[in-house]
Amino acid sequence: MKGTNIGEFEEVVLLTIASLLDEAYSVNIVDEIRKVTGRKTKLGVVHAVLKRMEDKGLITSELGEPTKERGGRRKRFFQVSHAGKIALLKSKEQRDKLWSLIPDVVFQGVR
Amino acid sequence: MSKRQTGPSRWTGPPRWMDRIVELYCRPELLEDLQGDLHEYYDRNLTKSRSRANLIFFIDVIKFFRLYTVRKPKILGQMTFFNLFKNYFKTSIRSIARNKLFSSINVVGLAISMSVGILMITYISELLTYDDFHEKSDRIYRIITSYKDINDSEAEDYASTSVFIGKKLKEEYTGIDKVLIMRRNFRKDIAKGENVISVSGLYASEEFFDVFSFNLLSGDAATALREPNSVVLTKTTATKLFKDVNPVGQIVTSGEDSYTVTGLMDDVPFNSHMQFEALASFSTAENEYRKDENSSFFTWRSIWSNYVYLLLPEDHNVNLVQASLDEVAQEENAKTDRFTINFQLENLAEVVPGKDLNNKIGPGRTWEVINMMITLTMIVIISACFNYTNLSIARSLRRSKEVGIRKIVGAARGQVFVQFIVEAMVISALALVIAIVLALLIKPEFIRILSDRMKVEMDYRLIHILYFLIYALGIGFIAGFIPSLILSKLKAISALGDVSKMKLLKGVNLRRVLIVFQFTLSIAFITGATISYRQYKYALNFDLGFNTENILNVNLRGNDSDLLLAEIEKLPEVSDYSRSGLIMSTGDTWSDRFKYNDPLDSASVHVNYVDKNYLKVHDFEFIAGGPFPFDLSSEKESKLIIVDELFVDRFDFASPESAVGEIVTVHRTSGQESVQIAGVIKGFQYAKIERRRRPIAFFQGSPDSYSYMNLLVRTDDIVSFMDKLEGIWKKIDNVHPFDAEFYDDRISQSYYGYVITFKIFGFLAFLAISISSMGLMGMAVFTTETRIKEISVRKVMGATEKHLVYLLSRGFIFMLILAAIIGMPVAYLFITSVMLADNANRIPIGVFELLFGVVLIFFLGIMTIGWQTWKAAKTNPAEMLRNE
Repeated sequence: MKGTNIGEFEEVVLLTIASLLDEAYSVNIVDEIRKVTGRKTKLGVVHAVLKRMEDKGLITSELGEPTKERGGRRKRFFQVSHAGKIALLKSKEQRDKLWSLIPDVVFQGVR
Repeated sequence: MSKRQTGPSRWTGPPRWMDRIVELYCRPELLEDLQGDLHEYYDRNLTKSRSRANLIFFIDVIKFFRLYTVRKPKILGQMTFFNLFKNYFKTSIRSIARNKLFSSINVVGLAISMSVGILMITYISELLTYDDFHEKSDRIYRIITSYKDINDSEAEDYASTSVFIGKKLKEEYTGIDKVLIMRRNFRKDIAKGENVISVSGLYASEEFFDVFSFNLLSGDAATALREPNSVVLTKTTATKLFKDVNPVGQIVTSGEDSYTVTGLMDDVPFNSHMQFEALASFSTAENEYRKDENSSFFTWRSIWSNYVYLLLPEDHNVNLVQASLDEVAQEENAKTDRFTINFQLENLAEVVPGKDLNNKIGPGRTWEVINMMITLTMIVIISACFNYTNLSIARSLRRSKEVGIRKIVGAARGQVFVQFIVEAMVISALALVIAIVLALLIKPEFIRILSDRMKVEMDYRLIHILYFLIYALGIGFIAGFIPSLILSKLKAISALGDVSKMKLLKGVNLRRVLIVFQFTLSIAFITGATISYRQYKYALNFDLGFNTENILNVNLRGNDSDLLLAEIEKLPEVSDYSRSGLIMSTGDTWSDRFKYNDPLDSASVHVNYVDKNYLKVHDFEFIAGGPFPFDLSSEKESKLIIVDELFVDRFDFASPESAVGEIVTVHRTSGQESVQIAGVIKGFQYAKIERRRRPIAFFQGSPDSYSYMNLLVRTDDIVSFMDKLEGIWKKIDNVHPFDAEFYDDRISQSYYGYVITFKIFGFLAFLAISISSMGLMGMAVFTTETRIKEISVRKVMGATEKHLVYLLSRGFIFMLILAAIIGMPVAYLFITSVMLADNANRIPIGVFELLFGVVLIFFLGIMTIGWQTWKAAKTNPAEMLRNE
């Protein structure tokens, strides 16, 4: 079923949220992705993905306290939900399994 | 917002309007976060440059306009609306299909009255297109004149004006682009070689084609109407005269005058306020009148036949031009105290439909007539809507359960309202289809009644579809408003509870009054229709006092009757013939003032000029004396007259015999003449029968005074006889068409007014009857449905069906009787004091004429009620009482 497997970019965003712990809100996520992976993502893209994953139940969100920045507007902080965590683990498991099947010879010379 | 309060100079955020865009489209639950993100980015970008930050912010604002951020529109938000709309439509169709009878009554009732509305829409929208085709119409003004003679208490308004004012404006005033002077009555028989046709047209000065946008096909627009004796022909006229040759540059003749054709134009569109077959240059008219030194052509007071149109500049000020007109008027009015003349400007758009003016250049309609028509139509439509309302309220008892369920399931009041409005609109849309068909059927008759001199086309245009739809939906809304309101107001609990306790019973008395009113109208209209029809028949069979049978009247059209008769005499079918000045008993009259011995005593007498055969051909009965002994030759004044009994009485002759040989005098403006009475005949009908009789005198006629030949025809083969006659006519006159008509046909035509009255009344009666029967039906249904339990109980207790029908019908019969009691005297009074008030010979209005309408209405009414009450009385009481 749709939602049991996650897409590549979704995985990146999910991992970023998980790594940011309590500081995961949209702008921060965009910055973190750029910092860690070097990918230049657009806010709009991340925003849409966040919305989609929330609809799928992979993440949950709540509004934080208003701060002086952003004109006093509250941030929406995201956390990986239980389903999200399972999806991440499942994805990692699948990859690990696949990695374990590849003999080292294949990557010889590339590393 | 707190930031704003720090003042605009320190405002560091993005422009406010960009924020507003986001606020406008974004869903509220996403808004705060999204806006915050954008602001954070904005602040970052601000370190580079403000305008760059603004730009990026703006682009982001646009980019975030996505499906998941955009709030659903309000209507979509109540997504239920569209889904429900489908549901409303479906339930409407089902309920219409279930109650076939009621729906068809509703649909037909609305359709009948809507058809009138459709005709009115078509007609009025046609009137509003008048003179639209002139490109400069917003700048074209007409000068209209108000003339007040010293003896008149009020000024009269004329569409015509003087040549004087036109010339004055042209020569002495500025601020006017063009001054066009026109004149009516360019009526000539124009000839090209053998071809002769008679045209009726107008005179126009050379500015004509600059001011108006009539399409000149050939010729020079600027100069076509400049030189005297120039004419511009319309296409139809030119084709008649020249066949396919281009007429421009050709010479045509009319008597001794000759004209140069300087232009060929398209035919005048029917929706032009001026109609003409040809235009002559205005200088032609000027030349004619210049020859005559005493002519009043150019004077200030000669305002009867000329028209002045002004083309004002783009940035014109009407008040300035009006001021110039007032100035001229003041100056000229100061010179005489016998009359005053004033001018007004009227834009071309106001000409048709427009004011009621004298001396109009062409046919037109006034606003008063249109408003009256609209009012009548509105009355018809509103009463049809009222019936729909009435019927629907009556039926609403049945629908109340449905409303209750809907409300319990969660329908808001507005939704129930919309549902029933939709239902009414579906019905009115169905009615529209029937109405259009009906309108097509009655259109020819409608046009015939409307068009006197004015051409009525009533072609449907594409825009009408829109008008009709708006009209139908509007009617649906009006008709459905009150039932929808009542049904939507219902409380679920009471709707599902005891129906009979619902407050639907309000206004029942008002409805009764309205139904009595509708039936009164119906009775009045039917009576009007009956009487006008009988009056028509009466007029046709009226004994005129002379013979009209088998007499064919041929219009001489200025031809020499002797020439024609020399040929016609030879025809075996013509047993006798005579000649006369006019055809009596058909509406035309001539009068002269007669005196006998007493110079102070004069009487107005109807006269006719006839030859010596006339009295014999028409079977007049002599009391004394005899016919004219001989006919006069041309240019001779008549010396003998034949008078009727009334003449003898009027001048107090002792007896008809003593009147013969006496000399009486005729007084005309040209002088007085003495004539001798040659004979006395029995009285007869000279004018139409509704006119009172006056004394009559026949003058001995001369060939100049005859306009008609009266042929006494004995033949079985009229068609070939007419062909022969036409052949003879063609030999002598090929300009004018052969124009002959049997006397009796002519008479019946002259009373066609009664037929029109009959048709109008008949149609009104049809409308009123159908509308009132439906109203009655609504009431009957309403009563039986609210009393169904009572009926059931009565039935259980042993009441017979007959008794029940009587019980239920009693109230309605009373209403019908009331309507008859009011309706009959109203109809009688209306007919005797308005319709046939001045009619000298009207049919006796007896019981039959008055009762006919009443009987018809009673029949229809009792059928309607009986059917409903019988149905109610027949219901099985067990069905109705089961739920108790």
